[in-house]
Amino acid sequence: MLDQGPKPLVSVNDLKMHFPIFAGLFRRRVGEVKAVDGVSFDVMEGETLGLVGESGCGKSTCGRAVLRLYDITSGTIEIDGREIGDTPQTDLREMRPTMQMVFQDPQASLNPRMTVEDIIKEPLDEHTKLTDAEKRAKVGELMDAVGLNRRFAKRYPHAFSGGQRQRIGIARALALNPKFIVCDEPIAALDVSIQAQVVNLLEDLQEQFGLTYLFISHDLSMVRHIATRVAVMYLGKVVELAPREALYAEPLHPYTKALLSAVPEPDPSLARKTERIILKGDVPSPSNPPQGCNFCTRCPSVMDICKQDEPAYREVSPGRFTACHLYNDFDNTADQTAGAEANKSVNKEKTQ
Amino acid sequence: MPDGALPVLDVQDLKTVFRTRAGEVHAVNDVSFSLKPGELLGVVGESGSGKSVTMMSLLGLLPSPPADVRRGTVTFDGKDLLKVNQETLRSVRGGKIGFVFQDPMTSLNPVFTVGVQIMEPLRKHMGMNKKQAKARAQELLELVGIPDARRRLDDYPHQFSGGMRQRVMIAIALACDPQVLIADEPTTALDVTIQAQILELMKDLREKLGMAVIWITHDLGVIAGIADRVMVMYGGQVVEHAPVHELFSNPQHPYTRALLKTIPNIAGERAARLTIIEGQPPLMVGPPESCPFRNRCDVAFDRCAAENPPRYDVGDGHDAACFFDAKTGAPRDA
Repeated sequence: MLDQGPKPLVSVNDLKMHFPIFAGLFRRRVGEVKAVDGVSFDVMEGETLGLVGESGCGKSTCGRAVLRLYDITSGTIEIDGREIGDTPQTDLREMRPTMQMVFQDPQASLNPRMTVEDIIKEPLDEHTKLTDAEKRAKVGELMDAVGLNRRFAKRYPHAFSGGQRQRIGIARALALNPKFIVCDEPIAALDVSIQAQVVNLLEDLQEQFGLTYLFISHDLSMVRHIATRVAVMYLGKVVELAPREALYAEPLHPYTKALLSAVPEPDPSLARKTERIILKGDVPSPSNPPQGCNFCTRCPSVMDICKQDEPAYREVSPGRFTACHLYNDFDNTADQTAGAEANKSVNKEKTQ
Repeated sequence: MPDGALPVLDVQDLKTVFRTRAGEVHAVNDVSFSLKPGELLGVVGESGSGKSVTMMSLLGLLPSPPADVRRGTVTFDGKDLLKVNQETLRSVRGGKIGFVFQDPMTSLNPVFTVGVQIMEPLRKHMGMNKKQAKARAQELLELVGIPDARRRLDDYPHQFSGGMRQRVMIAIALACDPQVLIADEPTTALDVTIQAQILELMKDLREKLGMAVIWITHDLGVIAGIADRVMVMYGGQVVEHAPVHELFSNPQHPYTRALLKTIPNIAGERAARLTIIEGQPPLMVGPPESCPFRNRCDVAFDRCAAENPPRYDVGDGHDAACFFDAKTGAPRDA
């Protein structure tokens, strides 16, 4: 799929989503939570961009903001050749069929008083002029596509297990033949043996319908499986974005390194041998981020400059973006070994 | 681990049933295990496999009705915990057996300071006065790595982050020098980097205090890193039990094998497609008269539907409840 000459379907530029904080007797605005604070990325047609990070880093907010489920603070979002960053909500309606969302909690995102058929049919009612029979036929097709038995169309969500409910949510997202789907932690609420079923289904559907995914997850091993490229977020900013293999083999940003090393290894002999990078402390509050680099309070290779200047987010080698002062010496033309060398110097600092 | 040491906790044939309108749900079926001093026993299984209910039954934490701990023995400190009166049980809980729950927010009381909550078991179980308890509480917070412990005692739970709250929970569980610590998914609600901190803390604490730990989780990665022995549960039963290295290198039960295959790795070869376990976990309504895994199993045969397999010893402290012998690749003798 990569050879098709990648063309971005979604282009996000300097997206900011700040939520105001009101306090005091007169509910005056006293500050803001910078949930997403200047994020830029492209999602190529047919690819899966993984968006990973810890809870509170702004990854879900970012996913929702990209679909304009919020009125964004600033920035531009181009989906399928149309700028939607400042489009009023009423004008967005006609765009909705192209961009859909699968939510984290299938329990909460399905109306318990609607049958499965009604749930999957609702987007068709809203956006198409199909006859009732046509709609019902379409619902049947969708249920087949996601591996649900058509006979259960008249049942209510409570009669289904978590994995099946997630399939209902996926069928609803597919109903209008979207091009772009934001999957917001679609497997986080499921058991391991069910997670694999849903991930395989998402991959099959991608192939079948040529879908483009933004896959939001905190599960780094699952993202390694499903994503073509991976973006890592920390405190409202993307700190690193790279093709999957490169990111997992050779992470550049110290936060990515720590995050990867914290993932438990399901092999007892390896798990006990590997030296983990244990980060100290907690994530700072997004309403009061530290001066300089957002990660400077926990970074194992922090330098003086990190506490003063915010590192620029830039391409340090082809296809690899990072925002870290460790890579200041490498400009855009630096060859691919640059990353490797910088890596070595980081490791050296750690051992000292 | 000395092999001949007497177990601190020994559970035999524990059976717990929930009475519901849909019938009796057999949540725990003849579960047996023992815990040696200083050892960490990992319990893995999916939600609904009975791992939490097992631990709650043996401490009498389940409301009855609907729960009914129908039979079994739980030997701790020379007593059968299923037969002792409520008062003795209360002195064991939070005293000699500590418990850490999954969600640190809902298990701490939001209207009391953290200090008061750590001091409570100290005053109840150890008979300390306020001053002694306060000094000990501060010591405990320092032990679990909370900076500025003296001042933090006066803070409320909402002033702590998720990882810090879980440290507070661990401090409470450790308050009375327990011989056994039962940790029920203690890191599931936490982020990976915070989980790594808690796992590291747990390793340190075990070295310092030498208590035995039962660690319940659904994450095989966590188990691989910390456990000495592992018990795999499915459908309310123990389906496999082995020392940790043995379990990962030589899994005998088809469920364990499938489970190990379904998890994608962050290192090594990346599979083009994930292996899946078809179907859904069993409902467990009605007594188990057949193997709970048979409908999702790739080696099941007619005997699996007729009988529930017992745990077969396969050597090296390893047993598996399966009629199919993975070593010979053939069914076991009837």
